[in-house]
Amino acid sequence: MLERIPILKMGAYLLVTIQVDMHDQLALTLQDDLTDRIVKTRAKGVLIDISSLELVDSFMGRMLGNIAAMSHILDAETVVVGMRPAVAITLVELGLSLKGVKTALNVEKGMSLLEDRVRGRVDGNGRFER
Amino acid sequence: MAVLNDETLPLRSNEDVVRARQAARKCAIGLGFSLVEQTKIVTAASELARNTVIHGGGGTLVIESLNHDDRRGLRLKFEDQGPGIANIDQALRDGYTTGNGLGLGLGGSKRLANEFEIQSEPGKGTRVVFTRWRG
Repeated sequence: MLERIPILKMGAYLLVTIQVDMHDQLALTLQDDLTDRIVKTRAKGVLIDISSLELVDSFMGRMLGNIAAMSHILDAETVVVGMRPAVAITLVELGLSLKGVKTALNVEKGMSLLEDRVRGRVDGNGRFER
Repeated sequence: MAVLNDETLPLRSNEDVVRARQAARKCAIGLGFSLVEQTKIVTAASELARNTVIHGGGGTLVIESLNHDDRRGLRLKFEDQGPGIANIDQALRDGYTTGNGLGLGLGGSKRLANEFEIQSEPGKGTRVVFTRWRG
């Protein structure tokens, strides 16, 4: 069986909710699928909901960083939302700070971050342009 | 110190890495570890199991429930018969990698442990023991 994490298109955005205990190949497939869909749909933003993930290890952290970097080059912004507190604590202790990955507490905040960016109100670093 | 229970799992594939962390989670919950402690154990299990599969060419994981003076602990023993680690200090250093990872797996897992041991002999294999006691 070919396992895949579904990517939903909503307007100018792509939404991904990771609800399975991810193995490495699944993470790599998602990375490929997402870049493909960004180009095909000309999406302006990608929202990745990880609220169901019970852990993020260095491999998944690297995948999130890669997706953020690749989408940025393809003119789309990535926001990772819903990280559990225990996961955040563990990630930092592991030595991973997810530099370059924009995060928001929940889907709503993540969406408004993406919308602000599409309206041209924020630059690539999340700062408001004047 | 007494071993209350133990379980052996094969580590050969990506799916085995997922099964290893699920088994570690189940054991940590059974021993009454807090959610943050469980997450640390499971994350270390994932890193070290991946190392065994990728760098060790596969091996085994033994998960032990421990009791020491009424204190509960969980031990993860990873063993492979792979190429071994020539320089353990270097392998533990953040950012050092021979694969295409971030080089955080071994050093990061050590930070998530209370006790951490590595024994390795080039050409013979590697044994990593991760122990965490309930806080």
